[in-house]
Amino acid sequence: MTTMTTMATPETAELLTVRGVTKSYGAEGKSFTAVQNVDLRIAEGEFVCLLGPSGCGKSTLLRIIAGLMPATSGQVLYCGRHIAGVNPYATIVFQTFALFPWLTVEQNVTVALKARGVDLPTRHATALRLIDTVGLDGFEKAYPRELSGGMRQKVGFARAMAVEPELLCLDEPFSALDVLSAEALRGELMELWLGKKLPTRAILMVTHNIEEAVLMADRIVVMGKNPGHVVTEIPVGLRHPRARKDTAFQALVDRVYAAVAGHTPSEAEALGTAPGQPGHTRRLPPARINALSGLMERLNEEGGRSDLYRLGADLQLELDDLLPVLEAAQILGFAHVTEGDAVLTPLGKAFAEASILTRKQLVAGRILRQPTILWIFETLRQDDNQRVAKSFFLDKLRADFGDEAPRQLDLAIKWARYAELFAFDDDTDELYLEAAQE
Amino acid sequence: MPRPFRFGPAAISRPSFSAADLVIVAGLGSVLALAIRLAWRAPAVVAGPRISLSWSALPWYALLSTSRMAAAYGLSLLFSLAYGYFAARSAGARRVLMPLLDILQSVPILSFLPVVLLGLSAVLPQGLATELAAIILIFTSQAWNMTYSFYQSVTTVPQEMREAAAIFRLSPWLRFRVLDLPFAALGLIWNSMMSWAGGWFFLMAAEIFRVGSRDFRLAGLGAYLQTAADANDLKAVTAGVLTLIVTIVLLDQILWRPVLAWADKFKVEMVSSDAPPPRSWFFDVLNRSHLIGWLRHRFWSPFTERLDRRANLPAESSGETGAGVWRRLGLGLAAALGVIAAMALLFGVYRAVVTLMEMPAAGWPAIGTGVLATFGRVVASLVLALLWTVPVGVAIGTNRRLAGVLQPVVQVVASIPATALFPVLVLALLRVPGGLNLAAVILMLAGTQWYLLFNVIAGTAAIPQDLRDSADLLRLSRWQRWRTLTLPALFPFLVTGAITAGGGAWNASIVAEYVTFGGETHSTVGIGSLIARATAASDYRLLLAATLAMILAVVGLNRTWWRWLYHQAEVRFKLE
Repeated sequence: MTTMTTMATPETAELLTVRGVTKSYGAEGKSFTAVQNVDLRIAEGEFVCLLGPSGCGKSTLLRIIAGLMPATSGQVLYCGRHIAGVNPYATIVFQTFALFPWLTVEQNVTVALKARGVDLPTRHATALRLIDTVGLDGFEKAYPRELSGGMRQKVGFARAMAVEPELLCLDEPFSALDVLSAEALRGELMELWLGKKLPTRAILMVTHNIEEAVLMADRIVVMGKNPGHVVTEIPVGLRHPRARKDTAFQALVDRVYAAVAGHTPSEAEALGTAPGQPGHTRRLPPARINALSGLMERLNEEGGRSDLYRLGADLQLELDDLLPVLEAAQILGFAHVTEGDAVLTPLGKAFAEASILTRKQLVAGRILRQPTILWIFETLRQDDNQRVAKSFFLDKLRADFGDEAPRQLDLAIKWARYAELFAFDDDTDELYLEAAQE
Repeated sequence: MPRPFRFGPAAISRPSFSAADLVIVAGLGSVLALAIRLAWRAPAVVAGPRISLSWSALPWYALLSTSRMAAAYGLSLLFSLAYGYFAARSAGARRVLMPLLDILQSVPILSFLPVVLLGLSAVLPQGLATELAAIILIFTSQAWNMTYSFYQSVTTVPQEMREAAAIFRLSPWLRFRVLDLPFAALGLIWNSMMSWAGGWFFLMAAEIFRVGSRDFRLAGLGAYLQTAADANDLKAVTAGVLTLIVTIVLLDQILWRPVLAWADKFKVEMVSSDAPPPRSWFFDVLNRSHLIGWLRHRFWSPFTERLDRRANLPAESSGETGAGVWRRLGLGLAAALGVIAAMALLFGVYRAVVTLMEMPAAGWPAIGTGVLATFGRVVASLVLALLWTVPVGVAIGTNRRLAGVLQPVVQVVASIPATALFPVLVLALLRVPGGLNLAAVILMLAGTQWYLLFNVIAGTAAIPQDLRDSADLLRLSRWQRWRTLTLPALFPFLVTGAITAGGGAWNASIVAEYVTFGGETHSTVGIGSLIARATAASDYRLLLAATLAMILAVVGLNRTWWRWLYHQAEVRFKLE
């Protein structure tokens, strides 16, 4: 593969080139970077997956590629050319289908053609053919609410195919479906794609489901967060049809898990600096205490070490639910991650085996290592009444977290309440030290 | 998300007083002052129409009244679509338009009636002026909540639907037709129905408006009822009321119910809910009719197809330079209009200040007393309304059988505009000592209690079953149950109901506190009677001062007391 931007022969040409793309929101100190300096190439005939935890900017990247939003800096080239606004050769299949509920199946498919000025008879014929292709014949006059989730997404696919896109972008198209419908739809899409029955030249799919990525993609681009960036690219050389039970398949899933979950960073790096101080302030992960307890107990039962892939499957947790809990465990020093495995620390083992009260004490002892919580705690301690208005903390946190500040403060309060360090008085809108209440 | 439907203003949660408010209130004052300057030339004697009490005239009067409503509603709909769309699309416009809307919807509309009537009759022929004034009045009572609903819908279109519209490159027209308008349709229709019902109140008020030797009445059902009451003709009164009810019920059956049944497809929830879809016999008849089907196939479909094709201009203009020119031209035009508006505003404010300065100092205490007296009546009517609507509403909301019996009755009774019955009320109460005072409070009550009742019913129905079950399991006494469950759960609904009801009560004061009846004028102390008396006596300074005082009083109350209560309701008593 070359990096040349001139039009080479169509077969080997890069369909899409993303160079140094960064997207930030807001301005002047309060900005938030969704993706930073991302490079990506998609060749003709490729099926590429963007994979990562929630908040890694994969959906943002997809929207930049489709031209729905502009990049703050960097370039997106389609067939070597810059395209202003929405890319007319690309289309998106959405997670929540984004069908118009007041239009019938047929009208939903034809509306895209109407926008392109296609005449009525052609619109009608194309729609019928596509509805037939996705296996919905007989449902032309049905409204989306009369269909099941899987059938709705089929309409989504038919609508996308109506405009004959060269680049088909899929934004977690199966994640809102039940397990069986998702599996069936995946199979049908692969059949169309591999059988070259689609006019499409490449597919880019965003997902947080690792198995799905390994099942479908030719190449997996793993993304990380804070800010969103490309961690690594993993080619998938497995032959179609791929079997989940296959050892090679499982090995690859394990490898991708390791790449996504990463490894526990050093303590200073993991915890970051206090709000308002220079340096990166680590966000509190959106993890529930109950989920943490569950994870610790499970790890303990497994003998203190478990494969992340198995752990997720056993606990029936999606990647997006598992990773925040794991992150919380790492911040507390209860577990660390190496080579795609979660490992319980002695402290974590003690927590898993402790009573409720002891657990609270264990968390109270460790949670003050988290800079945001420590900073709130110290601020409260230095106050004469040991009560400070919530708005004070919010204002300061905004400098580090922007719009995310209220959620961060709520998370801090939840953890501190559990540890009985400080709490929030809803009547006065103040935070107060628990000890001061006695 | 299915949300319990609340009958009330939606824009209340905005921040309290701001600089924009000051500009807007100044703007209102300036518009008033300019209109009053016109009013100086209004004829001193205005002859009203001759109202026939013959029953055969009733269908004609019903048609006249309905036409006024239809004209005003059409105007309101166009206004809401344009204003709401513009505010939603342009961030710059939004900063001005939304605070303006917020003030406009809390202004007591009837207080404008005298000024508008006088101003228009100074420049237009008599018949046209009163017709136009009535339509403007109804428009101002209908437009704001519809506009707000449309604006809110357009700004809350789900992100993925917006993105789908963008990725499939729908033109602005197609996007409006396929996405924005359908998404907003249900809210717009519900608000239209509320506006329509509210419109009758103002139409009746406009049709019976008569001060001193100026008779601004309009031929219509309102004037018929008033004339009938005036002539002590109870048969005619009954016939008039019946005609009014039949008109309202008929419109509901052949207009609003079918529209509602048709609009069911615009529901956004993808899950089919338990509640049965709204049904309408008339809609079913239309749907089954071959003629309608033929018309749709032969004319409507080709028409929309051609319309879409004509209006289907691409989203991105092909000629960038051309677009640039138009853009600059538009900006220039907007700037020019802005400068003209600002100058008019300044001149108006200047006129307002001059007019107010010229008012004799003795006028101010009278205005203060008037505001307080009317305030007292508003409070009294609200308290009375609360006293009966809360127990009755809770009873209807919890008891299915009772609801089945009472709901239709309540709906019909509530649909009769209170102002239509006011002349009858006056006829009955004028001989009682303090009768007009009582009649005024009853009119306010009659105009406002329904908002409260419907909100109480909706609030009661929204109390989750598990909370009721817990209250049963805890064996709470009747009083404890009221205190710990029912009243807190109702609180947000009571507040929204009371805000709307309070606004309505202030409005009613204009027609309630000053009555010309049987050739005699009766009035009581109040800001409404002050405005009416100033209109009769051509005391334009007093008219301006009193109207402004009333607007300030109502907007002030909304921005302080009601906002505070609303905030409490949102923060502390929200059930979810």
